[in-house]
Amino acid sequence: MRHRAGRVALVAVLLAAAGLLVTSALRDTVTYYRTPGELFDDPGVAGHRVRLGGDVVPGSLRHEGDLVVFRLAEAGHEITVEQRGAPPETFREGTGAVVEGTLSSDGVFRSDHVVVRHGNEYRPSSSPVVPVDAG
Amino acid sequence: MAWAAGGLAAAATVAGGWLAPPDELQGDAQRLMYLHVPAAWVAYAAFAVVLAASGAYLIGGDLRWDRFARAAAELGVALTAAAIGTGSVWGHLVWGTWWAWDPRLVSTALLLFAYAGYLALRRTLAERWAARDGGDHRVARPAAVVGVAGFLLVPVVHFSVLWWRSLHQQATVLAPHRPPIDPRMATALLLAVAAATLAAFCLLLHRVVRLERRLAPAPSPAAERAPAGVG
Repeated sequence: MRHRAGRVALVAVLLAAAGLLVTSALRDTVTYYRTPGELFDDPGVAGHRVRLGGDVVPGSLRHEGDLVVFRLAEAGHEITVEQRGAPPETFREGTGAVVEGTLSSDGVFRSDHVVVRHGNEYRPSSSPVVPVDAG
Repeated sequence: MAWAAGGLAAAATVAGGWLAPPDELQGDAQRLMYLHVPAAWVAYAAFAVVLAASGAYLIGGDLRWDRFARAAAELGVALTAAAIGTGSVWGHLVWGTWWAWDPRLVSTALLLFAYAGYLALRRTLAERWAARDGGDHRVARPAAVVGVAGFLLVPVVHFSVLWWRSLHQQATVLAPHRPPIDPRMATALLLAVAAATLAAFCLLLHRVVRLERRLAPAPSPAAERAPAGVG
């Protein structure tokens, strides 16, 4: 009986160790991106490469040469993003996006990688209106 | 039963491939959902079978449960790989990246490694004892412990999108407050999940029967009937 109890304890300790290892390894992964508010609150982050996530502010998207400029907002904070290179096709105003790059001292986030973050809602595409009396 | 699974799969292909409309934002890429979600769901279910069968073996000591656990783990590993593969293509089309170091993606990869490790452990033990995998308590007992422990990862994977910030979208069908999904899309998804579940169940039974047959010719009664050291 004592033998069994020892083995159960060993398994429990091993499990706990594995859990700790996994959680610590996941720490960077777990905050996959930061919000604009967190970026403003953390001055140490300037110059470091981070991921920033938020919703693309409607009306803020424009193209400047090979730069794509837009604003990302989350929880009332906004950051202007200058993205070098074309974003994916599904990139729209109003949807979520995560950009990767550094926050400059002028408050502009310079990014070279953007991925689209979409929600868990699935709607049919609004079919283009076909004119009935086209002829 | 195989016929029913085939029929469901055909219906799901028609519904998912043609009848369901393309998504507003994602277009036709969203149709990958009808492969990705069933693969992930059945993988979870297969690991639940590993948990239940390993538990049943540890309690009762019947090696038949050990064979169920082995077959389900093989199925689960294959389906997890399929879910990661389809998810990667879907991610490439919609997110714009094949892979991201995101909690859901990383935890799913961990799940794959955990159960691949489980199968590797079985094999290693079988070779070490020169025993037949699925017919020996020296393989079955440690494997059952790992099979039970591995299931701890499944809820982590499922809730990863709720607990942590993720690029991966949250659950739609299993969400507490169901977000809108077009009924035609939901029907296609349900058909696909049903087809995959039934097909996986057929495969599981088939595999267990094959394992039994392979073990049948040279039964070592001592290995088959020894109690699993419980109590």
